[in-house]
Amino acid sequence: MKIAFASGKGGTGKTTIAVNFAYHIANSGQQVQYIDCDVEEPNGHLFLKPTALEKKPVKVMVPVVDLDKCTFCGRCGAECRFNAIVNLKDKVMIFQEMCHSCALCVKICPEGAMREDEREIGYTEQGTAMSGISFVQGVLNVSEPMAGPVIMAVKKYYKEGFIKIIDAPPGTSCPVVKTMSDSDFVVFVTEPTPFGLHDLKIAVSIALNMGKPVGVVINRDGEYLPLKEYLDENGIPLLMTLPEKKEIAQSYSRGEIILNSFPQYAENFEKLANNIMKLSGKKIKGSKK
Amino acid sequence: MEKIKEIVIVSGKGGTGKTSFAASLALLFKGKVMVDCDVDAANLHLILNPEKLIRQSPFPGGKKADIYSERCTKCGVCVEACRFEAISSDFVVDTVLCEGCGACYVLCPANAVNFTEHTGGHWYVTDTGNNERFVYAEMLPGEDNSGKLVAAVRNEARIEAESTGSSLIAIDGPPGIGCPVISSVTGTKLVIVVTEPTPSGMHDLERVIALSAHFRIKTAVVVNKSDISLSWLNAIKEYCSANNHYFLGEIPYELSITEAQRAGKAIIDYKPECEASKAIKGIFERLQLMLENI
Repeated sequence: MKIAFASGKGGTGKTTIAVNFAYHIANSGQQVQYIDCDVEEPNGHLFLKPTALEKKPVKVMVPVVDLDKCTFCGRCGAECRFNAIVNLKDKVMIFQEMCHSCALCVKICPEGAMREDEREIGYTEQGTAMSGISFVQGVLNVSEPMAGPVIMAVKKYYKEGFIKIIDAPPGTSCPVVKTMSDSDFVVFVTEPTPFGLHDLKIAVSIALNMGKPVGVVINRDGEYLPLKEYLDENGIPLLMTLPEKKEIAQSYSRGEIILNSFPQYAENFEKLANNIMKLSGKKIKGSKK
Repeated sequence: MEKIKEIVIVSGKGGTGKTSFAASLALLFKGKVMVDCDVDAANLHLILNPEKLIRQSPFPGGKKADIYSERCTKCGVCVEACRFEAISSDFVVDTVLCEGCGACYVLCPANAVNFTEHTGGHWYVTDTGNNERFVYAEMLPGEDNSGKLVAAVRNEARIEAESTGSSLIAIDGPPGIGCPVISSVTGTKLVIVVTEPTPSGMHDLERVIALSAHFRIKTAVVVNKSDISLSWLNAIKEYCSANNHYFLGEIPYELSITEAQRAGKAIIDYKPECEASKAIKGIFERLQLMLENI
């Protein structure tokens, strides 16, 4: 069972809900794996505090030219869709950050003058966090533009038989699509504001187009009719709400798990678990230990 | 003519109040071009509410492959060539996984691959009144190439700045540190980071500042919701002074910012006398002084 937590708008509480949900179901006897795919700004570790992290580089393949063989015909640059190769009269310039590692240039070079080499763009870290939660995150190196390969590398760590909680990046573009592509259920965490709703609609449409079952969590709940209307009109289930409370914001600012400081909210997360189970037809609790 | 200065507001972490802050700056700066570069979750137009659309254009979203089954000889060259595992064993392209590299199109011996451009989004040049321009874009759900759309939006903004004689372009950037952020900050004179006093805010601030340092752009910091944690606020201030980043100011937690957003207004317009509005005006004054010297 893979559950992705996405949002559209950033800062709605996606990570807060995901880490507390992971903590809640781990404490009710389930084997849980937390997977942070927000590789540009991974924050789950600040709350789950994993230890003994095993770090591995994420590498992508980039082309290298053998100038002794190159005849400067210009074919590689002409076919590259990512503007990663510029051919000059006596030079081939390769912009490695632009390269998507498709290897087309290597395959079409008539002189066999191109080969591939590895380049590091980020890393993954795996370890064990509080309540025995298995933890993995991807980290994109600063100044690297492409999150995709790091997200794909994180997903290689999926553990059989664990409930997988996947923290998705904000936004509505390709990193989010890559993150939720193999999820069984997508939880959208939103806030009752025009910004939250505007971005939620776009993000939900992506998941629905991919045929994913979805539901919504309203964080910092408050009176905002357009959100309720949107959910009703589109038959999108409301899975859980969390109130707007200064004590929650402060607990967050101390890097705490809310359920640790305020166990009374366990009910909310229990409801979330039950709703996801009902809607996905999959068991979350008590199936294994 | 005075050279046009571009400044960009980013945050690293999402939801720190970047756009709410940008909306207030949009009212305070006169004679600027305002830009929303958060193309996959554009929100600033919900507050600036442009009066008039001046022009718009679709934006090409890059090419995607499609296999004509009647021409396909099932030789398997495309499946082997595709690095993104986007072509199934029965020769159907998964458009989500296809990155548009064209390897299958170029290498197919039967010419059975169609490789065409599609619309990835739209950009809009608008007037928000007083002949002030606001440029923004909306990417279609799930598209890639957000960096290129950002570049296109910034290009339109520069055209508008020249034609309206504006000397300042103020950009509301996307969260994160990836492709669209890099495209939003390159070539600007100043990066303003709006953060919050939390572990995540601090963590992401350091990463986004490392990015602006990489491009050698001057950086200034604003802390929003500054009173939720005094210790993190101090940690951010110390970090700024130790690393020579200008601390522009702090904005206290203000519940009416949400109300203002629901009313489609900037906080300095909705509740000009509240502490947050006063703080923003102070930040604006320091920012203006700073801009004279860069």
